[in-house]
Amino acid sequence: MTAPLLEIDRLDIGFGPLSAVRGASLQVRRGETHCLVGESGCGKSVTALAVMGLLARNATRNAVSMRFDGQELMGLDEKAMSRLRGDRMAMIFQEPMTSLNPAYTVGSQMAEVMLRHRGGTRRAALDRAAELLAKVRITSPGMRLGQYPHQLSGGLRQRVMIAMALMCSPELLIADEPTTALDVTVQAQILRLLADLQKDLGLAILLITHDLGVVARTAHHVSVMYAGQVVETAPVADLFANPMHPYTRGLLSCVPVPGKVRPGDPLGSIPGMVPRVEHAFAGCAFRQRCDLARPDCAGTIPRRDFAPGHDYLCQIEPAALVTA
Amino acid sequence: MVQFLLRRLLVALLVSVTVLTFAFALTRLSGDLAISIAGPNATANDIEVVRKAYGLDQPLITQFFSWIGRAMVGDFGQSYFYRERVSTLIFSRLPITLTLGLVGLGIAVSVALPLGVISALREGRPIDRVISLVALVGQAMPSFWLALVLMITLGLNLGWLPISGTGTWQHFVMPGIVLSFSAIPALLRLTRSGMIDAMAADYIRTARAKGLSRMSIVLKHAARNAAMPVVSIAAVQLGFMLGGSIVIETVFALHGVGFLAWESISKNDFPTVQAVVLLLAVIYTLLTLGADLLNALLDPRLRAQ
Amino acid sequence: MKPVSKLGLWIGAFIVGFTLFLAIFAPLLVTHDPFAQDLSRRLIPPFWMDNGGLTHPLGTDQLGRDYLARLIYGARISMLIGILTMVASGLLGTAMGVIGGFYGGRIDDFVLFAITARLSIPLILVALAVVALVGSSLTVVVATLGLLLWDRFAVVARVATMQVRTLDFVAAAWAAGCSRSHILLREVLPNILSPLAVVATLEMALAILLEAALSFLGLGVPPPLPSWGLMIAEAKDYMFFSPWVIMVPGLSLAVLVFGINLLGDGLRDLLRTGRTT
Repeated sequence: MTAPLLEIDRLDIGFGPLSAVRGASLQVRRGETHCLVGESGCGKSVTALAVMGLLARNATRNAVSMRFDGQELMGLDEKAMSRLRGDRMAMIFQEPMTSLNPAYTVGSQMAEVMLRHRGGTRRAALDRAAELLAKVRITSPGMRLGQYPHQLSGGLRQRVMIAMALMCSPELLIADEPTTALDVTVQAQILRLLADLQKDLGLAILLITHDLGVVARTAHHVSVMYAGQVVETAPVADLFANPMHPYTRGLLSCVPVPGKVRPGDPLGSIPGMVPRVEHAFAGCAFRQRCDLARPDCAGTIPRRDFAPGHDYLCQIEPAALVTA
Repeated sequence: MVQFLLRRLLVALLVSVTVLTFAFALTRLSGDLAISIAGPNATANDIEVVRKAYGLDQPLITQFFSWIGRAMVGDFGQSYFYRERVSTLIFSRLPITLTLGLVGLGIAVSVALPLGVISALREGRPIDRVISLVALVGQAMPSFWLALVLMITLGLNLGWLPISGTGTWQHFVMPGIVLSFSAIPALLRLTRSGMIDAMAADYIRTARAKGLSRMSIVLKHAARNAAMPVVSIAAVQLGFMLGGSIVIETVFALHGVGFLAWESISKNDFPTVQAVVLLLAVIYTLLTLGADLLNALLDPRLRAQ
Repeated sequence: MKPVSKLGLWIGAFIVGFTLFLAIFAPLLVTHDPFAQDLSRRLIPPFWMDNGGLTHPLGTDQLGRDYLARLIYGARISMLIGILTMVASGLLGTAMGVIGGFYGGRIDDFVLFAITARLSIPLILVALAVVALVGSSLTVVVATLGLLLWDRFAVVARVATMQVRTLDFVAAAWAAGCSRSHILLREVLPNILSPLAVVATLEMALAILLEAALSFLGLGVPPPLPSWGLMIAEAKDYMFFSPWVIMVPGLSLAVLVFGINLLGDGLRDLLRTGRTT
């Protein structure tokens, strides 16, 4: 098996006394979509921002290592990071309405990525932009280049964001809840677009979402995050077939599955909220909300293997969990 | 867009009419204008002569409309003191005041914008504090006093600049510095807060994710969006500065419109006072109108409407 | 961030408080009559200079009047004008702003227009003209400035009222059948006071500076009243030989205005953090 494109080893992110991410490890392979799932506030977005080196100034970032195509990102200075960003790794955001600069045309915002990383003429950059707008299935791309963001709908803006991210043919695309702010029909179009682009371009995508439906349709691998930790990682089929971590099971029980859930049956829900975690926190962060919690859940929690490529973070043995 | 402009024009017109009325009412405040014009040593007979000569024996409403009628075509009558047409008098003095205002604005902008941007980029750091403190101190200094202090230091002790008069460009430096002090704090604060808002915007995160250089992020993406309120406030400040030039022109004996206004006030030369009030108000209104237009050009969202 | 802005607030409060103290107890604090002239003791320098002495700690002016006594009495004028103007313009501006923001529609259009018109009128020029026409006295200066400086109160009160008007407790008061005046005075007004407090400090500082400028130009408070602006005007002819004659009242003005502005900034920070936490 080839080395992963992105390999995060025990990432920690803190904001003052609060710990946002604790020892999160993650691997994204070329040509794969890796979904990062969890409730709001569990550390998905900050993890993505940390990879891009875009964390706010008041955040602290530590990791044993964080490699992109073999290159260590930890300790890389801002200048070197900014050469990678937009060129070999790109990111699109949750808020298509505000993520484009209102003062410049679509064309000029797209062209500047090319001009920054590859140079060349403005004309060539605009041609490339038009080509990509067509690729993300925007009609009459030439006209769109001259338009301002406020003249476009939310779905169109997100397509522009995607096209802009692809300007320099990046190897890794990080998409932070790219469809959350959009209408349901538009959501489906954008997801299909991402999946097609990935096949065409051999992109690696790190897709952040809280929507398990999105996961089922797009992911190859899934990592479930809870309170700053990756509590379970598995290939997508494995995860839906054999969810191990009680939190993953909780998440899955919240989603209606045709055939399994009969109309009228109550859906599951997870009582309580994601706790705010300080640096000194010990034990399983989920134990207050967990049906299976035991006294030793306050102690050190081991990472257990269930199957190849499928591990989870829990005190309880696989055998005991399967029958639970 | 067209509708917006028409609306703004209508408001500007209404404001001008209001100020016209105000300027007229202002000079009738003292009660009997004829007594003031004739001076303290005038006899009752003199006063009657003055009253007739200046049309003050007409009913107030007649005086008002004849004044408005003439003011509309730029005729503000004769100056009581200079024995010259008020309009000629003002237009011969206007270049000096406009020069002073533009010099002041130039200094203010070239000081306030860079400092505001630095302050925003270093928000909460020592340099930000120092800049805020300096702005606060500058804001606290009475302009006429600052003018005197500069005269003593730059003029007398160091001998760098002429103390008063109009001859050369050097004559405008000290008054320009003093005038700029009134505009710097507002410009600086607005630049700072505008840049802080802009730098926190989602599109700046996008710009960073695109790997753009810091220079391009700050100057191209953030500054362009922070510029719109700054343009408005700069226009407003220029208007205030032209109004405030009365103090500075008096201190530095710059013979501009402000100096003229001060002289006419102390000489009871009411037609001139009225005209200057009106002129400054109209200039201010035109400036804000111009700023709105400029903003419409800068902001594609406004342009499209 | 916090300790420094708090420090500013305290320094500002101290400066304003101290000046207020001087203003109120002026007659008890001075050792010389601020109006008594003594031409044989003209332009004595302050104590830190050669020939200065402790009889007149800040020296004497061109008419031999004790500078410290005049300075302390000058604080009275500045504070009096500052506070009275602030109250007058505050009442006028707040009333206009609240009415415009509360009723909206045509009434609000009128208030907005009044603000626009007021801003276009050149402040100092009109103040000078009014004082020249009506005659210079403390009352005239306060009345003139009060009628001119209401704009910012109106702007802030209007916006704040518009925000408060839509809040739940106002809707609840309507639903409970409270009268319009009850809602305006009891529900709306108390909730817009904090931003107005910040405006009040700004306008007080502006009023003090404007009075000084008017007096400097000879059209503010009449001599021999010891306004700081007037003191600078009277001493102007001697400033090239004895710079302290303009430095003493000028610095006093600057420090007082600086203190008021610090107080205002501190209040704004305090209110802002008070709201977010």
